[in-house]
Amino acid sequence: MNPEPTFATNEQSRWKSLYNVLSKPGPFADEDWVPGQDTIDALESSKILVIGAGGLGCEILKNLALSGFKDIHVIDMDTIDISNLNRQFLFRQADIGKPKAEVAAAFVQKRVKGVTITPYVGKIQDKDEDYYMQFKIIICGLDSIEARRWINSTLISMVDMEDPESLKPLIDGGTEGFKGQARVILPTLSSCIECQLDMHAPRPAVPLCTIATIPRQPQHCIEWAHQIAWQEKRKDDTFDSDDMEHISWVYNAAHERAQQFHIHGVTFQMTQGVVKNIIPAIASTNAVIAASTTSEVLKIATSCNPYLNNYMMYAGEEGVYTYTFEAEKKADCPVCGNLARKMDVDPNMTLGDFIESLGEKAESQLKKPSMRTEEKTLYQRFPPQLEERTRPNLSLKLKELIEDGQEIAVSDSAYTIDFRFRLNFN
Amino acid sequence: MLKIWSMKQQQQQAENAEGAAGKKKKKVTAAQLRVQKDLTEITLGNTMKMDFPNPDDILNFTLSIEPDEGMYKGGIFNFTFNVNQNFPHDPPKVKCTQKIYHPNIDLEGNVCLNILREDWKPVLNLNAVIVGMQFLFLEPNASDPLNKEAAEDLRTTREHFKKNGDAVNQDLKLAD
Repeated sequence: MNPEPTFATNEQSRWKSLYNVLSKPGPFADEDWVPGQDTIDALESSKILVIGAGGLGCEILKNLALSGFKDIHVIDMDTIDISNLNRQFLFRQADIGKPKAEVAAAFVQKRVKGVTITPYVGKIQDKDEDYYMQFKIIICGLDSIEARRWINSTLISMVDMEDPESLKPLIDGGTEGFKGQARVILPTLSSCIECQLDMHAPRPAVPLCTIATIPRQPQHCIEWAHQIAWQEKRKDDTFDSDDMEHISWVYNAAHERAQQFHIHGVTFQMTQGVVKNIIPAIASTNAVIAASTTSEVLKIATSCNPYLNNYMMYAGEEGVYTYTFEAEKKADCPVCGNLARKMDVDPNMTLGDFIESLGEKAESQLKKPSMRTEEKTLYQRFPPQLEERTRPNLSLKLKELIEDGQEIAVSDSAYTIDFRFRLNFN
Repeated sequence: MLKIWSMKQQQQQAENAEGAAGKKKKKVTAAQLRVQKDLTEITLGNTMKMDFPNPDDILNFTLSIEPDEGMYKGGIFNFTFNVNQNFPHDPPKVKCTQKIYHPNIDLEGNVCLNILREDWKPVLNLNAVIVGMQFLFLEPNASDPLNKEAAEDLRTTREHFKKNGDAVNQDLKLAD
């Protein structure tokens, strides 16, 4: 009689296929790649950050844990809503109201032996560069462009020539209905979020006049209640889309308006959807995109196969169409295009003299520049009112206006691109 | 991972650029940079004036329009512009700070201009918005109103509208 396999051997055999992939060179593997234990160790010691624990995040966490990653962190500011349960499979009814990051981390950690998942409940903006520096790769499943832009510019500004570890690949996934995208961003090396910003069409908005005068759809009534009625009746309360009382108020106002215009279909759920800008989500699209992004994490972390270069679009609304292409870096990208050049300056020079010197220097040749630091407008040529207000700065010394090593951004109407300089005092 | 880093080194050598090492200082944001650029490209003419309550904060400013022709000639109309850090993905938020009798501006100061909402695109700039604002005073649009009463008035009795508008706007001037 054959003995039943023990639990321990089961646990080891779980990774058998993965270890096979990582122990033998395939035809596409890089020539310099050394398969074997070192690669397996590299995988297991890679600290990965997952941003977002929603529809994509649940899939990503599950996929990473089942791909052999052992040290995963997850960050999300949201709590679980009943409407999440159909696709965010790490959550149960009893979890409603609890933070997504914590519940998702606990679930996967319990399900997959040997993995540690560290949750953080909060905004990505709460964390500084030191936090992001500890990770090897960052993978995003976000629903907002704003958050993508923030992490993108943060990772780009972290790149430091002296420290190879400072370059953190960013794998970004996104879905909307049956459509999705996956992309690999190597900060400062490849095209970034900001390079392709024009591509993301802003959400179609309803003209304000339609909302105010002739609503035709239940959504118009909700927008009216949210944007116009709230402002009129509850000016002093800041609208909070997570506050049930606020949503109920908007729902009631919208419902009343809908009745006036004989429009049917305003529901509480729709109200929530409209005011919270909820994107229609389809479970399988999330699964497709999350699978694509997580296999890129595996490939980049282990070098076992070439990674996505650098953009994969998935269109499933009319049959299925996918297309992979290399999005190009934009030379005048405000984030990755022109990283700050070092410039040595005399701290006792006046701003006026400095501006004049920019016109003479071969590398800049800026004749009519306007410039600022993050917190200060140094000199702005136009409009006249601002020119007048910033003109006194021209006679101040650089050391009175900026700190040593501070970055300034310079625009000149003669150029379509902007310039960034890091001014070092000599 | 090592491969990626050696690519970075090659790129850096090719550019022969200066090292990016340095102290961590706040960087000018993409929104600020875009606004700085947009401001240098604005044409105000002599009917408009911009003001910056805090010159270091170029994301918040005011615009006053003093039309030199049309029904609103003689008035001065003030607006606040608020540009958020997601600009130019998000349009600027524009509000009228006074009560005005205008078909496309309600009494709360909300402005109905297509490029401020449904037709906004990141390729548009602040100048386009300012030109659009100016146009609202030259050609108020009664067919797509925000202030229904004013629109109805304009549509049916243009002359009456002029008088009524004058009276209302006059009141407001006195109130200021």
